[in-house]
Amino acid sequence: MTEYIIKNGHVFDPVQGIKGDKKDISIKDGKIVDKVGSGAKVIDAKGMTVMAGAVEIHSHIAGPKVNLGRIYRPEDKLFTCTPTKGHERMGGGNSIPTTFKTGYEYAKMGYTTAMEAAMPPMFSRHVHEEIRDTPIIDEGAFPVLGNNWFVMEYLKNNEVENTAAYIAWLLRATKGYAVKVVNPGGTEAWAWGLNCLTVNDPVPYFDITPAEIVKGLIQANEYLGLPHSMHIHPNNLGNPGCYETTLDTLKLAEGFKAKNKFGREQVMHLTHTQFHSYGGDTWANFESKAKEVTDYVNKNKNITIDTGNVTLDETTTMTADGPFEHHLTGLNHLKWANVDVELETAAGVVPYIYSPNISVCAIQWAIGLEIALMSKDPMRCFITTDHPNAGPFTRYPRVIKWLMSTKAREAQVNAFKHKDKVLSATSIGSLDREISLYELAQMTRAGPAKSLGLTSICGGLKPGMDADVAIYNFNPEKPVANPDDIETAFSRCAHVFKSGVEVVTNGEIAATGNKRTLWVNAKVNDNPQVMRDINEKFLKYYSISQANYESLGHHFVPNPFALEVDATHV
Amino acid sequence: MDTVTITMKNPPALYLEADTISPDAFAGKAASQIAELPVFEGNTPSTLGNYFEISGSAGATAADTKIVVKGDVSKVKYLGMKMSAGELIIEGNADLYVGAWMTGGKLLAKGNVEAFAGLAMKGGEITIEGNAGNYLGAAYRGDWRGMSGGKILVKGNAGSDLGMYMLGGEITVNGNVDVHVMTHAEGGRTIIKGNAASKVGGQLVEGDIIIFGAIDVMMPGFKPAGEAELEIDGVKAKFAHYIGDTGERHKKKKGQIVYGNLYQKI
Repeated sequence: MTEYIIKNGHVFDPVQGIKGDKKDISIKDGKIVDKVGSGAKVIDAKGMTVMAGAVEIHSHIAGPKVNLGRIYRPEDKLFTCTPTKGHERMGGGNSIPTTFKTGYEYAKMGYTTAMEAAMPPMFSRHVHEEIRDTPIIDEGAFPVLGNNWFVMEYLKNNEVENTAAYIAWLLRATKGYAVKVVNPGGTEAWAWGLNCLTVNDPVPYFDITPAEIVKGLIQANEYLGLPHSMHIHPNNLGNPGCYETTLDTLKLAEGFKAKNKFGREQVMHLTHTQFHSYGGDTWANFESKAKEVTDYVNKNKNITIDTGNVTLDETTTMTADGPFEHHLTGLNHLKWANVDVELETAAGVVPYIYSPNISVCAIQWAIGLEIALMSKDPMRCFITTDHPNAGPFTRYPRVIKWLMSTKAREAQVNAFKHKDKVLSATSIGSLDREISLYELAQMTRAGPAKSLGLTSICGGLKPGMDADVAIYNFNPEKPVANPDDIETAFSRCAHVFKSGVEVVTNGEIAATGNKRTLWVNAKVNDNPQVMRDINEKFLKYYSISQANYESLGHHFVPNPFALEVDATHV
Repeated sequence: MDTVTITMKNPPALYLEADTISPDAFAGKAASQIAELPVFEGNTPSTLGNYFEISGSAGATAADTKIVVKGDVSKVKYLGMKMSAGELIIEGNADLYVGAWMTGGKLLAKGNVEAFAGLAMKGGEITIEGNAGNYLGAAYRGDWRGMSGGKILVKGNAGSDLGMYMLGGEITVNGNVDVHVMTHAEGGRTIIKGNAASKVGGQLVEGDIIIFGAIDVMMPGFKPAGEAELEIDGVKAKFAHYIGDTGERHKKKKGQIVYGNLYQKI
């Protein structure tokens, strides 16, 4: 492989504590190294910002619900087609881009790893086929477990070991990466036309509560010692006053400590926090409770969060929170798709327009930014748009602009139709913090990598780590004349390396890389009970056989990268 | 106003996608520059000059530009797409998407046009002297934002799904229409001087449908609401008034439910 040396750049690497110093970065055989030979290709990064490749912790970019969005929203593709060009295949779509465009757009912004945040286990094959067709970036997928019949039956009887054995089997069968929970119990209740809006609402038939599911899954996760923690979208998403449910959910992590060999410290990751930080009891007195939620998170080190920033765009919401999407279509009267996934989960899809002229949307915008700005530890608060729910991931450069510039935030606040309402319902007007480049590297690289248990692999520029490097045309020594320059710089990288291959040059795709599928292979003691239960459920309930369930072999996962976990000693 | 005349000399073997035939794309260009404007024949990129003879030159802006399209353009799509001002005259029949996403100006089609004419149109005027195809003034596939402004006049007949998801503006058809008129619409007005088939106003939330002739099969979601006298194009007449679609959601204004209106001439 070609050796590279990146010279003269301003390096920001929280893993090594480098804060903008000029430092050479050497690349050899796909890894960051101390030294390269004199024949190494020199990349001059003079006046540029050098960071590790960014790590996306929560995004919906592959699988049946994404594809359902693509199918039922042809209008999302209208006038967005980009023809075949150089290394790029044809692409299209705005909030739900094609797989190819997804890979290219992430890479051009300097992202080299991304997690698909909700994989219905039964459709893991579809998820992996799309992941396979998304070029360049490494991807993993989180199977959803918060409404899974096995999990609810085991946890009802407090059988953590059986839950763990089932999770280990499921991660292997679906080539999954982490334990994802979406509206615990509520999505199963949706099959009865009901919902669970608090952590204590009983799940119909299963006679278990969301709180019991969440605690049980934290225990099972730590029993296995998985790289990532239990990753939760709590009950009561998106409703005025939902922050109380969020705090109740966060409190469930109290007393639990992370047990793993990956350097992860949290036991719970709260995702798209923006959607869970609402006060008020109607849309009329809707207000921000970002302070209450971030105060709690700041004090409790066993929790990480991501923001879920609203980007003020037309987008497509999609979630395994089936009852929420039904609620949403009732609010905006736009088309609704709903899917039930047998013993496992459900999903809904509804288009949504976050209009700057609607006060609720503008307040949501402010809440997302408040969460990032009020979080004291950038290693525990990560930037997402919950793509495509709060906005397309292609808007990250704009979110970065808002976070790095009070001037840019003020300009947006002034452009809102209901400016006064936004200022009184949130504290966005009084926050003068501007995220530094070092903090940005924490929030988009080192932090999410640590939370995912990938610290030794990506998110930093330490010798031995994968050579995922993003170089931005942004000079940290020069004052920012116009905040839009930040957005421009972070939209298109000067250079991106993925595992040592230069995949982006001057904002254009230079190679389609060596994409890998990340998954977790957890070994547990033989558990005949769980194997018997799995066999029985397939015979009695599933519409497909076990042999047609698993994602195996080259077709689905052509380039796997397994993180090994041994839980047999327990 | 300056006039550009383009005449089809070398008809395409496949369908031609020519969204560059609009006053906006022509504005400020001489004939030789207009000949270089891109088009697609099937999936092959080409230029306007390969198919059309171009004479005259455009005005400085779209508003100062008039385009006359001569010859057989029955296999040309997207004529006048997204035009914002100026004039476009099509002397023969045209294919899909005539005046689609138009925001202003005047478009006159002297022959027939195929489906999706005036699709999601926001402003301007379209006159079709022949017949219009399906989905006139409707929304793009999957979209919920149909025609929202401007006027369309069809002197002949129109096809099915006229004004689907319409939000505003006005469509007049002097002849007959096929099934589905203003399905899902939330505004706007449709005047049918001839007869309508079935499914008139299905899922109509708001908006007016005025029919002078017969309706084959009435939607069950409409209920009689007396009679009304309306003045249409300067002629006063009596109409039976129906409100609906009662199976659909409706807004309330000052405590009153706002229904869609269907008027049929008595």
